[in-house]
Amino acid sequence: MDEPIENSQQPNKGKKAPNLKEYWHENLKYLAVLLFIWFTVSFGAGILFVDSLNQFQLGGFKLGFWFAQQGSIYCFVILIFVYVILMNRLDKKYGVD
Amino acid sequence: MHYFTDMPLLLMSVQSWTYILVGLTFSLYIFIAIWSRAGSTKDFYVAGGGVSPLTNGIATAADWMSAASFISMAGLISFMGYDGGVYLMGWTGGYVLLALMLAPYLRKFGKFTVPDFIGDRYYSNTARTVAVIAAIIVSFTYVAGQMRGVGVVFSRFLETSVEWGVVIGMLIVFFYAVLGGMKGITYTQVAQYCVLIFAFMVPAIFISIQMTGNVLPQMGFGGSLEDGTYLLDKLDGLHTQLGFEEYTSNKKSMVDIFAITLALMVGTAGLPHVIVRFFTVPDVKSARKSAGYALVFIAILYTTAPAIAAFARTNLLQTVYDSETQTAQAYQDMPDWFKQWEETGLLAWTDKNNDGKIQYVNGSSIVGKKPIFIEGKGAHGERLLSNPNIKTANELYIDKDIIVLANPEIAGLPNWVIALVAAGGLAAALSTAAGLLLVISTSVSHDLIKKQINPDISDKKELLAARISAAFAVVVAGYFGINPPGFVAAVVALAFGLAAASFFPAIVLGIFYKRMNKEGAVAGMVVGLLSMLFYMLTFKFNLFGETSSEDWWFGVSPEGFGSIAMVINFVVSIVICQFTPPPPTEVQEIVENIRIPRGAGAAQDH
Repeated sequence: MDEPIENSQQPNKGKKAPNLKEYWHENLKYLAVLLFIWFTVSFGAGILFVDSLNQFQLGGFKLGFWFAQQGSIYCFVILIFVYVILMNRLDKKYGVD
Repeated sequence: MHYFTDMPLLLMSVQSWTYILVGLTFSLYIFIAIWSRAGSTKDFYVAGGGVSPLTNGIATAADWMSAASFISMAGLISFMGYDGGVYLMGWTGGYVLLALMLAPYLRKFGKFTVPDFIGDRYYSNTARTVAVIAAIIVSFTYVAGQMRGVGVVFSRFLETSVEWGVVIGMLIVFFYAVLGGMKGITYTQVAQYCVLIFAFMVPAIFISIQMTGNVLPQMGFGGSLEDGTYLLDKLDGLHTQLGFEEYTSNKKSMVDIFAITLALMVGTAGLPHVIVRFFTVPDVKSARKSAGYALVFIAILYTTAPAIAAFARTNLLQTVYDSETQTAQAYQDMPDWFKQWEETGLLAWTDKNNDGKIQYVNGSSIVGKKPIFIEGKGAHGERLLSNPNIKTANELYIDKDIIVLANPEIAGLPNWVIALVAAGGLAAALSTAAGLLLVISTSVSHDLIKKQINPDISDKKELLAARISAAFAVVVAGYFGINPPGFVAAVVALAFGLAAASFFPAIVLGIFYKRMNKEGAVAGMVVGLLSMLFYMLTFKFNLFGETSSEDWWFGVSPEGFGSIAMVINFVVSIVICQFTPPPPTEVQEIVENIRIPRGAGAAQDH
């Protein structure tokens, strides 16, 4: 959502300057994908589509109900750790860690 | 209050157990406080900045999970069914936002407080002051509830008065928060997490095994009962028979569920006492990881709570109602725990149709919120009330707190487990109270005194100022704990709404939108805060005349309005920003800088 602003790109001192713009764009791409999943499992599966998902069973749970009270929370945990792994890799790739 | 006196021998030992466990845990907290006292402002504000991600994750979990999460949440869900999911999703989903959008960048920024970030990013003391005011309002609102929780646990389990309970709680928090600051708080919170999660899980696991044969409550929740039917199907069936909505279906409108969940999520991510915990880790990488650990430790309790809710609801309904013969059970046949909790006032029964049986059906059994007991006993030995609601057939009042507090007794667990719940409830309340008090004291000593009134103050003096304001905050919180303003419960929802309406947009825009300037941010925060306050005053406190849920805008309750106020803040910020000059180059450099993890040194005093 950033518009380019002149003179704001400071070259990094010392090591060869990593391409910070690209780093930031890849970061935003990860964010968009992960937040989309975040929205889908909670607001989507747990709220907006809960009735249609409740047609299906997961063990003794109706599926939509399970997402609202269990599944979304498990997904949140996984999402954060996926983000941690992705970002650690990205930091290395661009030499900003 | 005096249910112990009825069965002296058996229950005295619960009380002795409580004294032993509470005494042991309190000594542990004090020991940690002495061992980890703070020597500098950096120790006091961010625990020296070298806390490991795992330690910080555990501390964040304890910080986050309050007396309400521990004592009331499972009970709330038990009565709300599916709708209770708003708390489960709302209070965990915020951590995804925190981990992905806030924590790493604020850690890189590397100052001590949230108003620090707002003030520097928006190059404006006005913005800083707005942030300080919001931080203080949000934290005080919250802390009063915690002190009250301490008092209630004390009075219920140790037969002291609520007042003494609050005073004892104040002394303990005073000791380690004032002495140790963030350093003391961090390590006591780790201990408190262990106590509270153990206390929460032990009864849950016992009950899950008893009812469904599953060791994990999360599995037992979806498991089947002895007769082979699924627990949730059984529960839905019981609800239908008694004239309630099905447990797994919604009672609130979808719009409102959506709005409340969003407000709680965004509010969670914007709460200053949670955010500051991420200033204590050594670097950006640790901040990300730490948020993940925090959510794991929170999720253990948050995925267990709805299971407890369903177990307890089923137990309770099967106690008062025989679904085979479709008849209500007689008061005389109730188990001991039923009568014991009636003594505490958390259960109340009025025999409206004089048949000696407990009719529990949909509808409010009493007029007002709490039963008012009068002297004397009814025909069956029940306590008499002055405020039964004769318009409904429902004869039974059940306080939501009973679900966690009485769970071990309902399941017939040993006395030490019952005592453990008291120690756990106290751990939950104290850990949250300490985190909040720290935010209040830091706001005063750092954001007001150091950054605005007297920038030349020495580190020693600033530390003293921090301790004095922490001490003062403890006393004020204690006062509100003893004399709770009638609106406390209502105001907690406001705390989330306020955090959602003020901090979250200002911080997110500050990181992700380089062009965002002070005019936009200040206008956004002020309009967001005011619209939230206006909505609460209008529809929660009926300040401008009686209102009902029919009058809500777009069908959104005051609890959910934080999400709308947040959107208003975003829109106002972005629009105003287009018509005002861009931020100075140094500020744009700050933004460039916080986006890159490299070189995040320890949190700096500047």
